[in-house]
Amino acid sequence: MVNLKSEILNLKSLRSFRMATWLGWQIESNWTDPFLFAVYSIVKPLASALILVVMYGVITSGDFNAPLFSFIFIGNAFYQYVGAVMTGVSWSVIDDREHYRTLKYIYTAPVDYMAYLIGRGIARVLTGSFSVFITISAGVLFLQVPVQLGAIDAPLFLAALAIGIVMLAMMGLVLAGIILLIAHHAGYLGDATAGALYLFSGAIFPLDVLPEFLRPIGYLMPITYWLELLRRSLVGSVAQAFPTLAPFSNAQLLAILIGLTLLFGALSFFAFRWCDRRARERGLIDMVTNH
Amino acid sequence: MTLASAIETQDLGRVYKIRDAKKKERQELVALREANLRVERGELFGLLGPNGAGKTTLIKILTTLLAPTAGWARVAGFDVMREQARVRPLINMVSGGESSGYGLLTVRENLWMFAQFYGIPSAQANQRIKELLEIVKMSDRLNTKSSDLSTGLRQKMNIVRGFMTDPHVVFLDEPTLGLDVGASRDVRAFIRRWVTEDRARTVLLTTHYMVEADELCDRVAIINQGRVLACDTPANLKRRLQRDAIFRIETDRLNGAGIETLRALPGVRSVVHRSGDARDTLEFVLARDEVLGAVINAMEARQIRLLHLDKREPTLEDVFVDLVGRSMAEVEGDAK
Repeated sequence: MVNLKSEILNLKSLRSFRMATWLGWQIESNWTDPFLFAVYSIVKPLASALILVVMYGVITSGDFNAPLFSFIFIGNAFYQYVGAVMTGVSWSVIDDREHYRTLKYIYTAPVDYMAYLIGRGIARVLTGSFSVFITISAGVLFLQVPVQLGAIDAPLFLAALAIGIVMLAMMGLVLAGIILLIAHHAGYLGDATAGALYLFSGAIFPLDVLPEFLRPIGYLMPITYWLELLRRSLVGSVAQAFPTLAPFSNAQLLAILIGLTLLFGALSFFAFRWCDRRARERGLIDMVTNH
Repeated sequence: MTLASAIETQDLGRVYKIRDAKKKERQELVALREANLRVERGELFGLLGPNGAGKTTLIKILTTLLAPTAGWARVAGFDVMREQARVRPLINMVSGGESSGYGLLTVRENLWMFAQFYGIPSAQANQRIKELLEIVKMSDRLNTKSSDLSTGLRQKMNIVRGFMTDPHVVFLDEPTLGLDVGASRDVRAFIRRWVTEDRARTVLLTTHYMVEADELCDRVAIINQGRVLACDTPANLKRRLQRDAIFRIETDRLNGAGIETLRALPGVRSVVHRSGDARDTLEFVLARDEVLGAVINAMEARQIRLLHLDKREPTLEDVFVDLVGRSMAEVEGDAK
């Protein structure tokens, strides 16, 4: 039994993932002052949520009871995962290559590099979860966002959250692959991509608001269904107030999310492999660009 | 069944396609051409050449970091392109002159983490870390954050990282670059000891320090402009020149005057000129002792004042000059 456990722990992918998670957490939590770390984790998400709240308040003359407010608030809160996970996974390439100068040693070790990158992103999932929790709690406590503990569809919430994080990690892999090939401004890629997808994923407004020719972009993105499922699992009534995805049941949405995650996951896997091969062909694995 | 060589390359080549500063024109830079090498298990093999000779390119290919554009290479019997997953558990590498490592982790944590990547059980890894840190005289730094280490100590930690996994083949790229004399001596002693302890272990190291290659390596390949020019034991390489007479002459400042005339004299194989603060040094490789008379006459005719003269045994530097026609420093100077 002990042998079996150690065999499993020693599988290359699992080993890479486990150690990368440990390393990621050491880096992510390495604030010399834990108080500062906590403040940063609380103040930053609250400040960004507050900007949106103020803008919403100005535009709607303070109509915080409308379903749209909860729609925006919850979507925006969970959207923090998009930047956190995608950047967490892809930033590791820059961090190891440029800052710690360890990428070549990790790359030439018997490591499953994809598992390693995803492991490095896990720390951002944890800190991101903390930020989301703080934001949602503030919304419930101070802005009457109608999340009621007793009414939460916990299995749906947990399933959607887990699938979504896997989906975002796989999207982060594509960015990591691109970063292996580029130097200039690679550090901003995660946030830039998250910013670009913000408009089309139904995070801050329903897809119906978009011009008709832009809506297919939102329908193609798994993030759209992921956010919808999270809203439905937390506050069903709010999600149902908007017609975009209303015809779909929770099970159908979950099936679409799983299908798109598998599709994007497979595409990401091959895209990363291609970028990795190209980087090796072009001699870019251990380049130091100082950008 | 015969064991495969530790390293084998056949017509190995690498061409980089680079763009000029304006990113308009693409140029080809040949970093390595038709390299044919065979390093046996148990050897401490050196690649000797100036900066930009292709040494690091060769190491990058052999460690699976870089794809070759021609030929093939095998490490421990496995093809570095098609069987990289089988190569990687058997190798490790260390690059000198850089401060790599996670500064926020302690020395032990850094080393332990890399041991985990190779699947070494924690207890065994911790034991090896202690032993190796003892050898490189860093036991007292076990729990020091690596960001608090000096550059030299950080490099030693990196060297321990490279050997800790007990690789079949270890690649050392300028391992003593940037280290002080004492630390370099410790590192060289450690490398020699490691490879002698077990004849299945192989080291390939690159260096542009002649003395390092001479003292440390069983065999040396001299490489310049991507080409392997010679490959043999240091003694055999130097023996090529033993029929020649090697003289070192110190003069007052020359400012380059007359060097070409001296080079053109019959029987002069090569002249290397080094400028000092108050005096210059000329190193002559002559076909025979008698040529020295003609050299001195030529110097007198050009009013070059001779301050000191001695005859010495050939070094690897002389071998390099004999093969390339210029010293390593001159080659590096031209490249700049």
